[in-house]
Amino acid sequence: MVIASPRRRRPRSTRTGRRSTLASAALLLIGLLATGGAYAAFTGAAAADSSASASIRGANITDGQKLFAANCATCHGMALQGSKAGPTLIGVGAASVDFQVGTGRMPLAANSPQGEKKPRQFTDAQVKNLAAYVASVSPGPGIPAGKYLTGNGNVAKGAELFRINCAMCHNVAGAGGALTQGKYAPSLKGSTAAHIYEAMVTGPQNMPVFNDQNISPEDKANVISYLQYLDNNASPGGLDLGNLGPVSEGLFVWIFALGSIVGITVWLTAKSN
Amino acid sequence: MTIDTQGPVTTTHGQERAEDASVVGRMANYLDERTSLSGAVKFLGRKIFPDHWSFMLGEVALYSFVVILLSGTFLTFFFQASMSEVQYDGSYIPMKGVEMSAALQSTLNISFDVRGGLLIRQVHYWAALLFVASIGLHMLRVFFTGAFRKPRELNWVVGFLLFVMAMAEGFTGYSLPDDLLSGNGLRIIDGMVKGLPVVGTWISYLLFGGEFPGTDIVGRLYTLHILLLPAIVVALIGIHMVLLIINKHTQFAGPGRTNDNVVGVPIMPVFAAKAGGFFFIVFGVLMLVAATVTINPIWNYGPYDPSPVSAGTQPDWYIGFADGALRLVPPGWEFLIGPYTVSMNIIVPVLALLVLLGAVAAYPFFEAWVTGDRREHHIADRPRNAPTRTAIGAAGLTFYAALWAAASSDIVATHFRLSIESVIHLCQALLIAGPFVAFFVTKRVCLALQKKDREIALHGFESGRIVRLPGGEYIEVHQPLSEYERWRLVSYEDYQPIMLRPDRRGRITAGMRARARVSNWFFEDRISPVSRPELEASQHH
Repeated sequence: MVIASPRRRRPRSTRTGRRSTLASAALLLIGLLATGGAYAAFTGAAAADSSASASIRGANITDGQKLFAANCATCHGMALQGSKAGPTLIGVGAASVDFQVGTGRMPLAANSPQGEKKPRQFTDAQVKNLAAYVASVSPGPGIPAGKYLTGNGNVAKGAELFRINCAMCHNVAGAGGALTQGKYAPSLKGSTAAHIYEAMVTGPQNMPVFNDQNISPEDKANVISYLQYLDNNASPGGLDLGNLGPVSEGLFVWIFALGSIVGITVWLTAKSN
Repeated sequence: MTIDTQGPVTTTHGQERAEDASVVGRMANYLDERTSLSGAVKFLGRKIFPDHWSFMLGEVALYSFVVILLSGTFLTFFFQASMSEVQYDGSYIPMKGVEMSAALQSTLNISFDVRGGLLIRQVHYWAALLFVASIGLHMLRVFFTGAFRKPRELNWVVGFLLFVMAMAEGFTGYSLPDDLLSGNGLRIIDGMVKGLPVVGTWISYLLFGGEFPGTDIVGRLYTLHILLLPAIVVALIGIHMVLLIINKHTQFAGPGRTNDNVVGVPIMPVFAAKAGGFFFIVFGVLMLVAATVTINPIWNYGPYDPSPVSAGTQPDWYIGFADGALRLVPPGWEFLIGPYTVSMNIIVPVLALLVLLGAVAAYPFFEAWVTGDRREHHIADRPRNAPTRTAIGAAGLTFYAALWAAASSDIVATHFRLSIESVIHLCQALLIAGPFVAFFVTKRVCLALQKKDREIALHGFESGRIVRLPGGEYIEVHQPLSEYERWRLVSYEDYQPIMLRPDRRGRITAGMRARARVSNWFFEDRISPVSRPELEASQHH
């Protein structure tokens, strides 16, 4: 299907039923249907919901191609085929480009354990053009429909899904966490709904892909709603100390609580002279 | 009581006094005639406590414990120690409709639906962290000033037990809400228990009433947390206080302060007033922290489920050293005996922790054996004046700190942009090499400070004033110390290595040899205190 909403403030989506790009998925679908599972039919329908987008409204593929040749092709190749320095981009889709370039991770600043979020290099329109170009070469996951990005989903369901699927790396409150060899799961505080959705669909860098059979688009919307709830509501208990858990609590009690009490004991026993 | 011998006299005396005394006086008299409290009040009221800031750390622990008791009582009114499944229907939106245990539900209700509940929950938790932290700092003070020496060795052991009990109280409390964090903490304990050879699985099934997590553990921990452990803690605090009164408090050396007296303020009225005020200060600091800083946000953690483990899952700080010990075990510490895999991965860190704790408990007896000193000591050492002890303490502290740091290896890695493997390797290096480096450096620093003290005691402070004598010679004028200042610098215990001499029956046993060797290691490097002849000589020139 096609999702033609380049910006998330436009929740309207237009969707057409382009299926040819999912030939293998469709074959699988038929196979599953043939074995007669009602469940299989359901997941098949979910899979159809966020398939590739080749055209992004208002995007200029030619401009995108020029930007790509100038900024990305050194590593990813003129025909997106990849090189020793960077992976192929065939099949990554518009969602991946929008996420990687839109959060400033691409172009990379340096060869480091992982691409880091940083101030982005391109304007919104340029990001869309790049995304449209990459998607035009070969199909892949598209930019998500606005209706999943409103943050009006079921927060409790989203929180539960987040704990089960995401908290291992990102921490229960999305504060981030360590991975191996200097890699890490970044903090999700302040991430936009579209980028969260795209990250789930494309699995950037060390993140696994959460496809629509795994977490349905509605549930992705619920996860986004939970993260936005955390962003919009301060901790009920006061300062959250970065939501890092007992480590920051322990440091706080030693440095601030016991520290101030020791200061008071010094004051109480000071000799007046 | 003295009623039998002096009964009539006391009574008439009491009547006379009662007629013209104030209401308070009459009430005090009423009580005294029935309980003879005045003797105890007189005795305790005249107890003297020296004034030094570091002598108040134990008080901080005591007051935190009072806050814990008060807030904990409030929490028991609302907490349900049950693992029966319920559906949350309280006012916190991100938990609405989530299946959880009654324990977590009631904890969420305390946080969101009981008036003042969140504040009391947070004050209970913060006070618990402060309780253990202040005990730790108090122990360090006692250790580094040598206040554990005769006659206080037993009180050191009682205090050590309090420390262990406080950790047990903390951990059982941490586990009660049955949230994701505490469930994972219990899982690690379960893993440690199961890691014990042969008996591990049996003990685990016994603790959890079947396979982990079962439905019993919260109720069992609750009983421990609010009944058995607090009773033990209160009893130990009682013994600790009584021994404190019997042994009297130590004091730092100073003019007029000897091994046979205590210089300070009497409990009544000064010390009691100060201590009472200090209680409210500690309470106030805790309230301030609890009112402004979140602790243990169970509403983020959600119900325990064995599958998810959140990044940044850690125990509270005082269990951190145990978690760190597990993290520092290198991979592959296991071997086969016949068909059985024998794993060292768990049992080695568990043994290391037990050895560390055992060493802490036994240290006073070890030092008494090394010095062969049977005298009572009521003057607290300045840490520099016992270089080897201070160095041993620094080494132990480094060992503990390496374990502690390892428990937060993941947070350290993300916040200092390191790889978690390098953090672990660094902590491993710190754990093994750190204590030796700390020992050496601390001992040298102590000896250097002693040298400096000696220099100052003999020659006074350098004034920076250069004077040219008539003969052309330049000298720097030293400013002499006052008697009071000098006293502090010159009065400390000077131990020397024990000579290896045959005992009464002319034997030299292996134990004696060992003791001579350890004593030599302990005291071979030392700076002796300034002696009277030296002092006189320095004053004449």
